[in-house]
Amino acid sequence: MEEQDLDSLSTGRQGKVRLTKWYSPYTQKERLKAIRELSALILPRGPKLCNFVEWKGLKVVYKRYASLYFCICVDSEDNELDGLEVIHHYVQVLDRYFGNVCELDLIFNFHKAYFILDEILIAGELQESSKKSVSRVISAQDTLVENAKEQASSLSNMIAQATK
Amino acid sequence: MSFTTMEQLKTIGRELAMGSQGVWGSSKEFLELVKTIGEAKSKAEEERIVLAEIESLKRRIQEPDVPRKKMKEYIMRLVYVEMLGHDASFGYIHAVKMTHDDNLLLKRSGYLAVTLFLNEDHDLIILIINTIQKDLKSDNYLVCCAALTAVCRLINEETIPAVLPQIVELLNHQKELVRKKAVMALHRFFQRSPSTVSHLFPAFQERLCDRDPSVMSAVLCALYDMILVNVKPFKHLVASLVSILKQAVEHRLPKSYDYHRTPAPFVQIKLLKILALLGTGDKAASENMFNVLGDILKRSDSTSNIGNAILYECVRTLTSIYTNPRLLQNAAEITAKFLKSDNHNLKYMGIDALGRLIKITPECAENHQLAVIDCLEDPDDTLKRKTLDLLYKMTKANNVEVIVERMVEYIRNISDNHYKTEISSRVIELAERYAPSNQWFIQTMNQVFEIAGDLVPQKVAHDLMRLIAEGAGEEDEDADSHLRSSAVQAYLQILKEPKLPSILLQVISWVLGEYGIADGSHSAEFIIGKLCDIVATRPGDDKLKGYVVSAITKICAFEKAAGQTVDLIPECVSFIEELYASHSTDLQQRIYEFHAVLKLDRDTIASILPMDASCEDIEVDKDLSFLNSFVESALANGSRPYLSDNERRGMGAMTTLASNNDAGTSSLLRFQPYEKPSIPEPAAALVTASHYSQDAIDQHDIYSSTITVSTSSRAPESSSNDGTRLKLEGVQKKWGRPTYTPEAQVPKNPINISDSVKVSSSAAGKEASSRNSSAPPYTERKQPSQEISAEKKKLAASLFGSKAGETKAKPAAKLQQNGTSKKAPAKPTSPPAPAPAPPPADLLDLSDSLPQIPSVDPVDQLADLISVDSSAATSTTSLVEQVLDAGKVATKGPSPQASLQKDSVSRQVGVTPSGGTNPDLFKDLFG
Repeated sequence: MEEQDLDSLSTGRQGKVRLTKWYSPYTQKERLKAIRELSALILPRGPKLCNFVEWKGLKVVYKRYASLYFCICVDSEDNELDGLEVIHHYVQVLDRYFGNVCELDLIFNFHKAYFILDEILIAGELQESSKKSVSRVISAQDTLVENAKEQASSLSNMIAQATK
Repeated sequence: MSFTTMEQLKTIGRELAMGSQGVWGSSKEFLELVKTIGEAKSKAEEERIVLAEIESLKRRIQEPDVPRKKMKEYIMRLVYVEMLGHDASFGYIHAVKMTHDDNLLLKRSGYLAVTLFLNEDHDLIILIINTIQKDLKSDNYLVCCAALTAVCRLINEETIPAVLPQIVELLNHQKELVRKKAVMALHRFFQRSPSTVSHLFPAFQERLCDRDPSVMSAVLCALYDMILVNVKPFKHLVASLVSILKQAVEHRLPKSYDYHRTPAPFVQIKLLKILALLGTGDKAASENMFNVLGDILKRSDSTSNIGNAILYECVRTLTSIYTNPRLLQNAAEITAKFLKSDNHNLKYMGIDALGRLIKITPECAENHQLAVIDCLEDPDDTLKRKTLDLLYKMTKANNVEVIVERMVEYIRNISDNHYKTEISSRVIELAERYAPSNQWFIQTMNQVFEIAGDLVPQKVAHDLMRLIAEGAGEEDEDADSHLRSSAVQAYLQILKEPKLPSILLQVISWVLGEYGIADGSHSAEFIIGKLCDIVATRPGDDKLKGYVVSAITKICAFEKAAGQTVDLIPECVSFIEELYASHSTDLQQRIYEFHAVLKLDRDTIASILPMDASCEDIEVDKDLSFLNSFVESALANGSRPYLSDNERRGMGAMTTLASNNDAGTSSLLRFQPYEKPSIPEPAAALVTASHYSQDAIDQHDIYSSTITVSTSSRAPESSSNDGTRLKLEGVQKKWGRPTYTPEAQVPKNPINISDSVKVSSSAAGKEASSRNSSAPPYTERKQPSQEISAEKKKLAASLFGSKAGETKAKPAAKLQQNGTSKKAPAKPTSPPAPAPAPPPADLLDLSDSLPQIPSVDPVDQLADLISVDSSAATSTTSLVEQVLDAGKVATKGPSPQASLQKDSVSRQVGVTPSGGTNPDLFKDLFG
């Protein structure tokens, strides 16, 4: 398990999953089990306790935002505070993109949240720590999409738009 | 209440916005679905909704001519369904198709769905490779990026070559985004199969100087992994990495990399990790780093989370590179600050940092005793566990009781099997290494068995039984019998509790059988009754039954040998009757043995099952002289003389089939055939199967492992040698254990029958041999940990006050270096401690309440140790001696001879001092 993050997921207060991303192969069954165990482990924890839980030899770093919990699973040799800030970084980018993000944004636009996550973490490693460049990419993509919708024609046109 | 209304209002607002906007293509139906699931009152209701959704999707997705936009929505709904934990595999192929689309949005969605659905070994991957290849060449950098993102997730070792050249090309793409993702993709390849990208190290290094910081930071991730594997080729990078770190610290990276006003913290942390690897044990490299590390310590602000993350990483780096006293001082200060903080996260980090610091400067723990105790008492489970980790690192002889007690208390209260196993194995390790007395050790082990039960490895149980059998020391029989009778008492006490784990019951049965009536305070009937009770609690446990039968056999034998008659109580009789027809052959054999033993006369019983002889040596007649007459008569009757293995091998002629079989068997068991025949003169004859007697069957169980191999290599020859014999090569395949037929050729079975009965009746015998055979590797493993523990000892002494215990522990530890015994420390060297039972020392209590052990010069004790060993030889060293004596085979790997030898040796352990030759062993160690 050499990846930094094995999975990152956010769950609602009742343990409803809003977003999961797995960076190591798991079967559907293992995933369900992991989610169930982690929810049981994390949700009852009080606010004053520390944000790390040990789980099967790995460490899970979680952070609560309103009713949403964001968790990432890191290697036992990784820096937990770093993981905590990765979560915060992601949430900040989400916030920047959606403008005052809330749970519903994630529910209804979950594919957007995935796109953003893909820009921040690749293969379980933090790839981009600049908020500006993440939003630049995502908005470039959005512009492109808009254009694609309107014109849906030539590819060269799109590039002209996006790289303008 | 107001919160919920707010929420509802918000929901409505969002929905309205979304409906009007409709930009991202979510239709009414999808919104409806999400909403109903959100409002579902129970898991069952949610399930129902999702299942209905799956049904409708299945139907609709297969309709011909679904508009592409509609398809995209279906796929997003599949993603949603799968996220909720349901199987959506029927739609995977449509997601794959969508990646072929020209429209970027659809393509991106297709890739997203595919990366979420599939893993790299899925069958459908092969359909995507082509698309990825095409997209990597795309003019549109966003298409490239989408493909690269997918590459990171979907390419496995076999498909790497298909995309590698294109990705390498993309390293020089004009867009930094593409370059960055290309680096990440190559990093992924390195993780999957390092050899595919090993030629690209220079390219990585070139990218390290990329003008865009994001590309550089992506390279850092990859470098970290590569350096983790091999430091050497990257040593020259230290200077440039330090300069990058310096730039980051001095705020020279673009503003957008700031995070909470800290300059590029993620880059800093990554760099610190890499430097820690590069600086380990390298003075020159470390000196390069000292400046910038000092700078970081000065600049980082400890009020923000991210600042603390950097500080913690810095401490980690400082503890792994070449030490610098001044910086270590700073690191200690930071750790202190963490520990004193109210924030639990920081406390946690502090405990971790302290664990690293004490490896280098053990005395720094002294100042933090209170903080550590606080964390241990903390209600936060994570923190508690981390603190136990720390204590584990600090354990030594004089605080082991307190720490083990804490750990036992902790595992008593958790239900998580993973950590139960881990912590109980730590308890066992600590107890074995530092146990102050055997009594304490046995008590602790009992507790561990009771709590962790079957999570404890079998080996530990055998070690415990052996300890009880060996006793405290050889000279002091009184102490031994006291130990045993106290063990018997303790176990009778434990038996009153309901629901004990099987492994503990096994130990109990063995101890009761061996020593239950030894001190005369319990009658045989009473013990047998208890043993029958044990079986009654676990009716289906065959292994346990075996232990119990052996125990009953022993007790009856002891009684008979002492001249008393044994009346079996009714429940015992019914238990035994039942076993005559048991499905388990092992049990049947044991019960028939029991029956046979009882029929023998008193003297014979006394000689085959003597009291307290589980560790006695069994004399092995290697020349098998008792068979000579048999051999002679066989020869006289026209049998062929015995040929050694080598001679027969010279005759060649192996059937291919048989040799294939052989190869399979022998490689599985990794035994070699006998190296030399144990009968030098050609007196031994080949004995035909018909001569084969009941005796051999009796022995078969014990020697099955040896015999299996030796025979399987011979079977073909025997058939080719002698045409008149039955051809039985095929038979052994069919019936599993290929022992019987060819075994006729092993008249040199080196143990006489009465011995074999003794072995099989002592349940531990067999396992003991396997345990023994693992002794040499154990030595190697133990030694490195010994080096650390010297430091740990010093630390714990300063932390917990007592200096006295230190001296006692040292010689014991030295002995342990021999690796001869797992629980040897403190036992054979120090005079058998008749359980001083010190009052449980308080963690904070400095030296007052701790047992005052007279401090002795360790060197003197060492000298004692050597002289003692050369004359009286601890049993354990003699064990190794013997194994070594058995020839080089013993050290190389299992061979039939060696394992026989070990088998007998293992029974000898602890009783027969066979000194004289031991000094050699110590010369190796000390000289």
